[in-house]
Amino acid sequence: MLIKLTGGKVYDPTNGVDGEIRDIFIENGRIVTPAPDAKVHQEYALHGRVVMAGGIDPHSHIGGGKVTIARMLMPEDHLGNEVARTELTRSGCGHAIPSTLTAGYRYAEMGYTAAFEPAMLPANARQAHMEMGDTPIIDKGAFVMLGSDDFFLRQLAAKADFSAIKDYMAWTMHAAQAIAVKVVNPGGISAFKFNQRKLDLDEQHTYYGVTPRDIIVTLARGLKELGVVHPIHIHGCNLGIPGGVETTLETIRGANGLPIHLTHIQFHSYDTEGDMKFSSGAVRIAEAVNANPNVSIDIGQVMFGQTCTASGDSMRQFVNTRSADPKKWVVMDIECDAGCGVVPFKYRDKSFVNALQWAIGLELFLLVNDPWRIFLTTDHPNGGPFTCYPHLIRLLMDKSFRSDMMQTINQDALKYSSLGSLDREYSLYEIAIMTRAGPAKSLGLKDRGHLAAGACADITVYEDNPNRETMFETPELVFKNGELIVRNGRIIKVVNGATHVARPSFDRGIERSLKSYFDDFHTVRMENFRLSDDEIIDRGRGSIIVQPTGARTT
Amino acid sequence: MGERDAGQAASNHYQNVACPFCGILCDDLEIGPDKNGLKVLKNGCVKSVSGFERHLIDAKPQIDGKDVSIEDAIKAAAELIKASNLPLYGGLGTDVEGMRAVMSLADLSGGVVDHALSEGQYRNFRVLQSGGWVMTTLTEARNRADLFVIVGSDVHAIHPRFFERIVCTEKSMFWDAPPKRTVVILGENIDQSAITGPRIGEIVNLPCKGDRIGEILVAMRALAKGVPVTGDSIGGLPRAAVEDLVARCKAASYGVMVWAPPSLAFPNADLTVQAVSEFIKDINLTSRFAGLSLGGNEGAVSAAAVCAWQSGFPLRVSFASGKPEYDAERFSTARLLADKATDLMVWIASYTPDLAPPVTDTPIIVLGTPGLKLNGTPKIFIPVGTPGADHAGLIVRCDNVVSLPLQNLHRSQLPRAADVLASIEAAL
Repeated sequence: MLIKLTGGKVYDPTNGVDGEIRDIFIENGRIVTPAPDAKVHQEYALHGRVVMAGGIDPHSHIGGGKVTIARMLMPEDHLGNEVARTELTRSGCGHAIPSTLTAGYRYAEMGYTAAFEPAMLPANARQAHMEMGDTPIIDKGAFVMLGSDDFFLRQLAAKADFSAIKDYMAWTMHAAQAIAVKVVNPGGISAFKFNQRKLDLDEQHTYYGVTPRDIIVTLARGLKELGVVHPIHIHGCNLGIPGGVETTLETIRGANGLPIHLTHIQFHSYDTEGDMKFSSGAVRIAEAVNANPNVSIDIGQVMFGQTCTASGDSMRQFVNTRSADPKKWVVMDIECDAGCGVVPFKYRDKSFVNALQWAIGLELFLLVNDPWRIFLTTDHPNGGPFTCYPHLIRLLMDKSFRSDMMQTINQDALKYSSLGSLDREYSLYEIAIMTRAGPAKSLGLKDRGHLAAGACADITVYEDNPNRETMFETPELVFKNGELIVRNGRIIKVVNGATHVARPSFDRGIERSLKSYFDDFHTVRMENFRLSDDEIIDRGRGSIIVQPTGARTT
Repeated sequence: MGERDAGQAASNHYQNVACPFCGILCDDLEIGPDKNGLKVLKNGCVKSVSGFERHLIDAKPQIDGKDVSIEDAIKAAAELIKASNLPLYGGLGTDVEGMRAVMSLADLSGGVVDHALSEGQYRNFRVLQSGGWVMTTLTEARNRADLFVIVGSDVHAIHPRFFERIVCTEKSMFWDAPPKRTVVILGENIDQSAITGPRIGEIVNLPCKGDRIGEILVAMRALAKGVPVTGDSIGGLPRAAVEDLVARCKAASYGVMVWAPPSLAFPNADLTVQAVSEFIKDINLTSRFAGLSLGGNEGAVSAAAVCAWQSGFPLRVSFASGKPEYDAERFSTARLLADKATDLMVWIASYTPDLAPPVTDTPIIVLGTPGLKLNGTPKIFIPVGTPGADHAGLIVRCDNVVSLPLQNLHRSQLPRAADVLASIEAAL
């Protein structure tokens, strides 16, 4: 069946299309160039509408143990946000840590067709995929966490052959069914288990003797040489610490040109000026990002209101428990593999610290020049729930709205940020880069995030409403794999998305040392640690898309 | 899930088999065929042997005790559910896939979901929801802990291989010659027979009543903080013994307090878990310490996890209004039956024959393993397979982090509870 989307204003940055009036044709789930005499079976007249590829969220905690711990910890987050079942959709609950089902529906209703879980512990990968399997409509994928797991740290401490380290990294990506690798507080989660309370970039892990810098550089180089498209996804040392800006700048310098992605960089951009010894380091960070084309970032924008933070960074989250609101929290040491910390937070617009966090995030958005290297995230749910994205987009696209919002927050905070002096307004083209084309390119999703022939027909159509919040909240039409699934912000069809993975090559010989490691020390057999494809495909509930990787190099 | 490549060798000889008959899910079993079914060849324990080797009686679907076809049983079950004002989905002894099917059916039929062992789990959940905790997991404790404190729980009875696999292990990844471990037993009537071997140093017995452990932990917290505590005896223990335990906890490089919620079977046991958790939190201000909660037999952890990720709440959820409504008191199995708030119970028990439905005159539909010890004749009985023996599956471990694939050992042709539930849903 040939479907024609007629006369929309198309924003397709991958193909350089900036608001041109174009027709788009869909057949068998793909965007196509039809034969001149092909018969159109269905036509949607989109005159005056804005057309983009489906949104792609490259960093959103939607699945896995810590999210479900957060769900259990915070029933009050759900009370009043329960969602009733309909003829088409299941019941669930919304707000900061929505149920899996509701998360899938909400993303789709907002015009997003993919979201990536950024902190999947290898030991918890099975559950992360089960939860993502219960997240309908959207495509999923996950970044597997390395860098505080004992196998890797033992390799590093023993100065293992670099190809064996790469084999282990690749093996873990296969075993956990991941598309990328993340490092969280490099080595710090493990160091916390040895009662170290901080681990600076060049500070030695008390047991292994390695430093976060060693870990980051090893993982960055390893992924590059494995041909994995997305660079090492770094949640750096010293999250949330005033003065953390220095660590972040040094992390950028330390990469030495190797590709790196610095995630929720807002939380790592704090300086120490002023009476409160807390100020924005955004200008310095943005300069460094602008000057280093090997660096990409996402923001982790703070949005005001109640949320519940869920992070692998047990070391820093234990410190953050002092600010828990309400006063309850979970910190876990996990399986000689990783850790987690779940801490509820309430970001208040009248709080100096929270208002400044908000301002720093916006500053970074507005000061970083290249939208291909900056992605729109709130680090859901850590800075705020993903449902805040339309509001955030308006803050970026509408200077007068931003100024109005600035009037409502703690005014002292604005003295320690350059936000008031920034006039930039994002264009629709730039938003399309930041929310689909850029993430697709960075994650290596070859047929996603754009609208050229051959692309997957994940397409979102918006009313060109000058109120950009309204516009992005309620798309008129959303197509997933060429099927119309949302009309006027309401689900009209429920489908199952795919799981994207990357599978760099490795030498199976690594399983010999892994097998004895698992047998000697673990409580799970190596054979059971690995996830099979069948578990994700799960009798047709899911499907796997293997995205390409480059050739392995040395 | 299809067949796994993990361990099946020739002639129905299975390796790396995960055992679903208790919450710690040992996955190093070797199982082979036997003339009457299966034989645990390696790494068995009393629970896995009785679970896997149990001879399944030939059970047929029944209505009012009379054999019927599975189609008729499913049709009748659907009719009862359709006619019910508030069906209660209880027992929930199933795997992730079974629980997914329960959630879907409960959502559609406006029912309530609660697990048979929720009373135990809620001793933990109440603490999670009011204060939280610092926890560890099995592998972490196995390698790292130098002090284990067993808190009022007869762990060996609930998890026969816990001490063997976690506490008495000779190897640790952090030492070539691992130091000996101290095990403190806080409580009475706790089987210590498995706490043996070269790794075990001191075993310290602090016999006290279970319902006084909370008092002891609260005092320990005060003592650890330097707050004066009066009296020569604390919770029935000599004050010096309690002070000694505090000193051991503070001196430990990685202490672990272990409890199995089902063992804390006394009123308000959540306050004991809370006292343990708050003590551990305080110790972590200066050194490292963690809790390790066990339990989770009969698929309890999977049921709570799936319910939490799909509905937002850990069991005791009603879908009667079309939305998930959460009430940890009102939607408990015992309360719903006692109040006659439910007019139909759907009971799922696919692991052990011991998970019988409570005695009630409310009509019951049972999806059970053959041989389930029923009190009386249920309205409908549908035999279902055991995940990990009769069909493949997925299950979540007691620490809420690890989950494991369960292999199909081809013990029988019994259907999956998930498929029976899906057929019932389709017939609604």
